[in-house]
Amino acid sequence: MAELLAVSGVTKRFGGIAASDGVDLTVASGECHALIGPNGAGKTTLISQVSGELKPDAGRIVFLGRDITREPAPKRSRAGLARSFQVTCLIPSFTALENATLAIQAKQGHSFSFWRDARNDARLIGPAMAALSRVGLDARAGVPVGALAHGEQRALEIALALALEPRLLLLDEPMAGMGPADASRMIALLESLKGSVAMLLVEHDMDAVFRLADRISVLVYGKVIASGSPDQVRADAEVRRAYLGEAA
Amino acid sequence: MRSPVISRARIATVLLFALLALVPVYSTLFSAPFYLTLFARVMIFALAAVSLDLVLGFGGLVSFGHAAYLGVGAYAVGILAYHGVDSVFVLWGAAILASALVALFIGAISLRTSGMYFIMITLAFAQMLFYLAVSLKAYGGDDGLPIAKRGTLGPFDLKSDVQLYYLILIALGLALYLGHRIVGSRFGRVLEGAKWNERRAVALGLAPYRYRLVAFVISGTVCGLAGALLATLTNFVSPSYMAWTRSGEIIVMVVLGGMATLTGPVIGAVVLLVLEEVLATLTIHWMLILGPILVLVVLFARRGLWGWIAGRHG
Repeated sequence: MAELLAVSGVTKRFGGIAASDGVDLTVASGECHALIGPNGAGKTTLISQVSGELKPDAGRIVFLGRDITREPAPKRSRAGLARSFQVTCLIPSFTALENATLAIQAKQGHSFSFWRDARNDARLIGPAMAALSRVGLDARAGVPVGALAHGEQRALEIALALALEPRLLLLDEPMAGMGPADASRMIALLESLKGSVAMLLVEHDMDAVFRLADRISVLVYGKVIASGSPDQVRADAEVRRAYLGEAA
Repeated sequence: MRSPVISRARIATVLLFALLALVPVYSTLFSAPFYLTLFARVMIFALAAVSLDLVLGFGGLVSFGHAAYLGVGAYAVGILAYHGVDSVFVLWGAAILASALVALFIGAISLRTSGMYFIMITLAFAQMLFYLAVSLKAYGGDDGLPIAKRGTLGPFDLKSDVQLYYLILIALGLALYLGHRIVGSRFGRVLEGAKWNERRAVALGLAPYRYRLVAFVISGTVCGLAGALLATLTNFVSPSYMAWTRSGEIIVMVVLGGMATLTGPVIGAVVLLVLEEVLATLTIHWMLILGPILVLVVLFARRGLWGWIAGRHG
């Protein structure tokens, strides 16, 4: 499989603490690469460096063969990197459809169009509804985000990312705060996406990780201490000691 | 989510413009030219307030220096008229161009900041222009600069106060229509989306800066036109057009009328300036009465007066 994303030697320090300490990581085309580790291990920091919200102190990030280490976040999104946030990050006063429409606008290029009404533009509404129905939210299109249930908001996060038709999805704890029913719906959704889009998945739910991941890397104190197939990682003594503990 | 065809907002807008259109009739019938000048001034400030609402209400960008564009537009007219230019087309065209360029310059720098810093830097730029105008001794400095005469624009003869009045009314109507088109367009949706959640906009690949800058320039340009109209109406330009208190007043009009409503700021301008006139005849301490009224409106009407008038779908 062709390499989509290559992170090499990425280091990020906050004060004296290395949130990323020489991280090497790759995601192949169509692969689901899960990133696990205890709280504070630097998982979100790493995702933010790949998405462009944070710039690494050292190291390189190569996406689709291009060095994007210094590129701003919007440019990376347009190149095919889409992220979902650990803490829901939506436009609260917009409806689900309006949120999705904004994503479609972004996908269709610049939005320097000043005259035509975007709120009943079929070229926007059609694809936006399609994005909502992919995550089962089409019936809730007209509901303001603030009135959506938590699980629905999480699903909308994924819908926005998918609307960009990315090559790589950066998923930062997509199941965060979900009940079991919502979580299993989310796992089914992500399973249905497997193969069509590559994923870098940060998740605490081990059931989800072992069901979805083709490869797992374990991050502890900003360092990758193990990386391999789910079976290899499950069997790794150091990982068991550092992270999986009794639960594994 | 979409408003009905004949909404309260639409009725109120039509009513508002009908009343404004009748002011010259009233002032002619009852020979009360004072009202003609008052409401011409009101509409000019309404135009400035509508322009500010685009960046403040829809962009979430609190520009505390919008009087600067009023001043730039006015001074463009005043200085060119001083040098003998009498084509209104050239005078107003120069005002529009000058304010657009100044807004581009100020916006390009100010929009690199946000929040309190943005407020302060826009204020600082406006103050610089204020003191620049004061220092222009050749153009009257502190005392301001009278404009000798008004010219013609197409079928309009601006020497007629009534014709100038209707021209201002048309400019305000066009600005409102343009504003409504813009906020409903793709551009407007990005502007508003980035106001509520910049992080989300960035994650979608929408870089807010360039959208905000374009909105800022549009806003400054319309405000510059308001300045040109003000200079034409008063036959006078003065640094006081750019005073920071003036910028504050325009903000008050927007907040009082209702942020992110476009038509609200027109109501805000009408109410503020008319109240000012009425209360000033009662007492010189009229601010003591106006102040609490403002506080009450801000406390109890989250979308300003327009929220009351237009209801939920406004």
